[in-house]
Amino acid sequence: MKAFLILEDGTIFEGTHIGVQKEIISEIVFNTSMAGYLEVLTDPSYAGQAVCMTYPLIGNYGICREDMESRRAWPDGFIVRELSRIPSNFRCDMTIQEFLEENDVPGIAGIDTRALVKILREKGTMNGMITTNENYQLEEILPKLKAYTTGKVVDIVTCKEKYTLTAAKDLSDNGPISGSSQFKKDDYEKGIREKKPSMVRALNGQGLKVALLDLGAKDNIAKSLAARGCEVTVYPAVTTAQEIIDSRPDGIMLSNGPGDPKECTEVIAEIKKLYDTDITIFAICLGHQLMALATGADTFKMKYGHRGGNHPVKDLETGRVYISSQNHGYVVNMDKLDPQIAVPAFINVNDGTNEGLSYTGKNIFTVQFHPEACPGPQDSGDLFDRFIAMMRRKKNA
Amino acid sequence: MPKNPNVKRVLVIGSGPIVIGQAAEFDYAGTQACRSLKEEGMEVILVNSNPATIMTDGDIADKVYIEPLTTKVLEQIIIKEKPDSLLPNMGGQAGLNLGMELDESGFLAAHGVALLGTTAKTIKKAEDRLEFKETMEKIGEPCAPSLVVENIDDGVTFANKIGYPVVLRPAYTLGGSGGGIARNQMELEEILANGLRLSRVGQVLVERCIAGWKEIEYEVMRDSAGNCITVCNMENIDPVGVHTGDSIVVAPSQTLGDKEYQMLRSSALNIINELGITGGCNVQFALHPTSFEYCVIEVNPRVSRSSALASKATGYPIAKVAAKIALGYTLDEIKNAITGKTYASFEPTLDYCVVKIPRLPFDKFITAKRTLTTQMKATGEVMSIGNNFEGALMKAIRSLEQHVDCLRSYDFSELSAEELKERMKVVDDQRIYIIAEAIRKGVDYDTIHEITMVDHWFIDKIAILTEMEAALEKGPLTVELLKEAKRIEFPDNVIARLTGKTEDEIKKMRCDNGIVAAFKMVDTCAAEFAASTPYYYSVFGSETEVVETHPKKKVLVLGSGPIRIGQGIEFDYCSVHATWAFAKEGYETIIINNNPETVSTDFDIADKLYFEPLTPEDVENIVNVEKPDGAVVQFGGQTAIKLTESLMKMGVPIFGTKAEDVDAAEDRELFDKILEETQIPRAAGGTVYTAEEAKAVANKLGYPVLVRPSYVLGGQGMQIALSDQEIEEFMAVINRYEQEHPILVDKYLQGKELEVDAVCDGTDILIPGIMEHIERTGVHSGDSISVYPAPTVSEKVKDIIAEYSRRLAKALHVIGLINIQFIAMGDEVYVIEVNPRSSRTVPYISKVTGIPIVDLAAEVIIGKKIRDLGYEPGLQPAADYFAVKMPVFSFEKIRGAEISLGPEMKSTGECLGIAKTFNEALYKAFLGAGINLPKHKQMIITVKDADKGEAIEVARRFEKLGYIIYATRSTAAALNEAGVKARKVNKIRQESPTVMDLILGHRIDLVIDTPTQGRDKSRDGFLIRRTAIETGVNCITAMDTATALVSSLENAASQGELALIDIAAIARR
Repeated sequence: MKAFLILEDGTIFEGTHIGVQKEIISEIVFNTSMAGYLEVLTDPSYAGQAVCMTYPLIGNYGICREDMESRRAWPDGFIVRELSRIPSNFRCDMTIQEFLEENDVPGIAGIDTRALVKILREKGTMNGMITTNENYQLEEILPKLKAYTTGKVVDIVTCKEKYTLTAAKDLSDNGPISGSSQFKKDDYEKGIREKKPSMVRALNGQGLKVALLDLGAKDNIAKSLAARGCEVTVYPAVTTAQEIIDSRPDGIMLSNGPGDPKECTEVIAEIKKLYDTDITIFAICLGHQLMALATGADTFKMKYGHRGGNHPVKDLETGRVYISSQNHGYVVNMDKLDPQIAVPAFINVNDGTNEGLSYTGKNIFTVQFHPEACPGPQDSGDLFDRFIAMMRRKKNA
Repeated sequence: MPKNPNVKRVLVIGSGPIVIGQAAEFDYAGTQACRSLKEEGMEVILVNSNPATIMTDGDIADKVYIEPLTTKVLEQIIIKEKPDSLLPNMGGQAGLNLGMELDESGFLAAHGVALLGTTAKTIKKAEDRLEFKETMEKIGEPCAPSLVVENIDDGVTFANKIGYPVVLRPAYTLGGSGGGIARNQMELEEILANGLRLSRVGQVLVERCIAGWKEIEYEVMRDSAGNCITVCNMENIDPVGVHTGDSIVVAPSQTLGDKEYQMLRSSALNIINELGITGGCNVQFALHPTSFEYCVIEVNPRVSRSSALASKATGYPIAKVAAKIALGYTLDEIKNAITGKTYASFEPTLDYCVVKIPRLPFDKFITAKRTLTTQMKATGEVMSIGNNFEGALMKAIRSLEQHVDCLRSYDFSELSAEELKERMKVVDDQRIYIIAEAIRKGVDYDTIHEITMVDHWFIDKIAILTEMEAALEKGPLTVELLKEAKRIEFPDNVIARLTGKTEDEIKKMRCDNGIVAAFKMVDTCAAEFAASTPYYYSVFGSETEVVETHPKKKVLVLGSGPIRIGQGIEFDYCSVHATWAFAKEGYETIIINNNPETVSTDFDIADKLYFEPLTPEDVENIVNVEKPDGAVVQFGGQTAIKLTESLMKMGVPIFGTKAEDVDAAEDRELFDKILEETQIPRAAGGTVYTAEEAKAVANKLGYPVLVRPSYVLGGQGMQIALSDQEIEEFMAVINRYEQEHPILVDKYLQGKELEVDAVCDGTDILIPGIMEHIERTGVHSGDSISVYPAPTVSEKVKDIIAEYSRRLAKALHVIGLINIQFIAMGDEVYVIEVNPRSSRTVPYISKVTGIPIVDLAAEVIIGKKIRDLGYEPGLQPAADYFAVKMPVFSFEKIRGAEISLGPEMKSTGECLGIAKTFNEALYKAFLGAGINLPKHKQMIITVKDADKGEAIEVARRFEKLGYIIYATRSTAAALNEAGVKARKVNKIRQESPTVMDLILGHRIDLVIDTPTQGRDKSRDGFLIRRTAIETGVNCITAMDTATALVSSLENAASQGELALIDIAAIARR
């Protein structure tokens, strides 16, 4: 079946329909990761957006459910050059088409995704519609497209009730270290799937309690902490600061999440209260932006954002450059930082935008990129160790 | 970190002659590195024995030494030039080994020379099997269970413990020389013995066989501050068991999820960090197909063939960045030259799919085994880019120029499903065609996967291609079907064949329906940032993003495709120089080529680069977009020449010599007419199509005759026939493929072979010099030792050659380059053949005479006159030194290949010896080719009767040098009779000790074995020669070569230090 992608500026792409048959209006963004489409699809930060993968061949290894970064798919729509006819991977549970249908996500394939990316790059992120209606009326659609905003999506994606992850008691709880395990064919045939290899090589978080505020968290944030031995309790975004403080955590983790940070006024107010305590705080992406807003800094919307697994960020303290996983459309304005409150800790090597802050006189550091990876490079995973070290120091002090 | 201020004079080591496993990629990397160093204000001193390279040009480095790559020579250069630093990791394994030897001996430290880039300690950690394994164990990176052994017994014991099959990998060898998979003790003993001998340190790794696992490679960069990035990863379609150089490779990996991708990426980063590599590095992994288990196979701590491929696949200039890192820069300080916006610390991301297919030499070595193993056999490779895998595969297939254009190009339709399953077990270059046929015959994916271990995803992609074949065959050809066929890159001619229509009909249908190629940019960043370097590939069904440019005149330079025997790096040299020369004259230059190993496909050589197959249709797609003012075909070898007619049909003017004149040189009748008019004699002959006709001509001329197809390079299919029976045999070989042009049968004349390359402007001709071949006619010019200036011919002959050249160039209306080969018998000169185009010897003669003939040819093509360019026409005065070009072979890599020299070219590369005297130059050339004698001073002579007279003289001279001579019965008798002491050895089937035992005993320096004229049918001779080659014994098959070698050895005995000559100084004369 034919499908159309209609952009706010009137550009129309004709392709074939994938996923469920449904018309959607959304913000069109692109991601440059070459692998990890399932992690992208299940990243709650894409709520309110339709995502285009720049890599043309998608679905090659099917869907491995255990790689999902949250309970379901979030993007409003999925835009690809080509969906693989068959999936091929030993862990594959279903095809990507089946997954899109199951998750009620419509999409379009067979379009010139590179041309789309060039438009978004030149004109900036814009809204668009995916439809299978061949008789669309542009003059009716375009005003609707222009009117679309992602809205307060955090409320939709956050967990409904708090829950706690079991901390790893032993490194083997996390699966074999790296690729060193041997494959047991008999087990596999019995349906016993090996755990994924873990890059974590020390249980340095044992005995530490972390409260994770779920603003649309990717699962691997909590898993990264639990894998290091931390006991992680995940709280819904609407949780009050007091409730978290009362649980007497060693550290607070503010997660990633979707949408315009400035829409999250209630959360910002609660985060201000967390800032005012002396609890160790680590924040990622939306959490990082909200902490900045809570402490008087400003954010702005980028022309087309950073979404991919290849962005270099520089740790200003050490001069080291990490290749990072990124997914953000908004960024903290470094020009308006008060050094009494926070100073830049990381910057993006490509465009010099802010990638992290260190809070003056506080046990707080925040990053714009994704140390939890999934998808993308695991290079900055040691930031979780830094967080653990900070909590440990505080605890032992 | 800013650059190190102590680095001012850098010595760069090249990789030497092109051999299998070490080819043009190192000219590409080395050239890029040298340019990068010069950009930083360094003085660059280059040493490389290979004259066909661009890196040995006077404008790439400040001082250029085309000298043998030995530690002794390097030490002399260091003493003479006093560099402060040495960059060893651009010259492949050969360069790295030399750097290591100089470091280990303490010579570098003693002369205040710092090793740039990766330290010697790191290199040792990465390359020494034991140290590497210990390092990997330390950081928890898994290796397959393995043991380094230094003798056969230890190998057998260990293999019995871990179980067969086992893989054997000798340490410090290139292209996996001497490695292999052993399935039982017998095989183990055989391969291990060979591997131990070939390893520089006498070590071989015996390891658990992980054949069948996915083979995945990562190209990693690291700077001195510890910042790391991966440039890209690549997945081999052929699982572990086939050398990655012989595998079909796709980038990025297609069947890895993010979990596997990142697991291996992190591992690669761990490894490069632990090893402390600064610069580029290649990490190879084996990944279990149904688990997360992986093994590190190996690490190459230097630029490599894979890094060249990764550079071209992503646009990320690895060698350039590695050179800057070596100077002290960090990745975040180095700008990404493609985008101009991002930095080198950015990881490239692809929005297309890249396929590489090796160019294997089995069309040259028809007796060789086609099986692929861990020992690399490919001479070159092609790469293609598309936005779908099927299309990229189709494009790569037709880029090979091996009479293949789709998955039906090898016909296995006769085989049943059962036979195909059996045949599929053989891993060879035809396997994808077998898989395709198996799919057509209904063999299911699981069965194919179980046998081949090729991933289901790739099998399905092959199936999609076979389904398209079937759909086209079934018809009807709707617009939708045609669109889909083009999307997956079925060329028009294949669609025509399958639909029973003509190619023109298909083309018309396409154009009428707007199904035309679009061009997309390779920009390192999937369009996230605007890129400034135009590097394009074609796709169907998308919008084109080529920016129209018309301010200047545009010239299309057609490249020479994959490196193969007969058409090597020399033609890339010519293409690049032509491009530069046109650019200097204000032209916009456009290169089309598909070879990822070469300089011509570097992103900043031409104004625009199209990475595309060199077929008429693909070229036309580009012509339609670019509308060039003209094309030059004379620099890109036969690949480009073959496109002449098509270009003219497209309305593209051919710059330089006209197509009809090129034809006149190849067309027998036209050429004979020209010879008659110009009164130049040639060997009598005729043109034929069938064996019957050939026999008739041969009998009229009288045997021996030379049989060869026209329009080929490197004497492909050329043979000397002695009888009707041989004619039949050779004609059958030639006619395996349908011949568009007649086959030539000529009287074979034996004399001195001479060659010129010249530039002609339509009026005047400039001949830089005359080259004389050491071997008499009958040995292909590419395989002959070639000497400039011609040492043994009379002035009269030289004058005749100059005069004939002038007449021929004029008669053929040559504008640009011309190559002419002559035979001199006494003072009689005959012409053998004329090629109005660049030749293999162009870089060589340009360098040794200091006359840049490619640049001059380009100027002449534009309309300048030789006289205006500051040259006096005619034969230039001879130099006051001698330059000897020595062919280099890769026979040890190709099991079963016949090594004896003949009219069909077999060498893969060449090296140069340049010196004040002929003998010294000859000695240097032999040394450069790796013939380093004497060792044991024992040799074997077995020659055919006709050579016995000369053999006596040669043997006498070797005897005088102290050699002990062994000879087979009749040769020994002849030698002893003439007073040369020769020990008789038994033939192979006689009782021990036989000649084979002698060779296998590793006490022999040299075998002189001249096969009987024509194709040698004696199994004995063949076996002796193969055994010699495979045990590392020098083997000479022509008496002229033997004579030259003994002269050079005599000279060496009296020779002190070698005198070094700076080629760059010649270039600036």
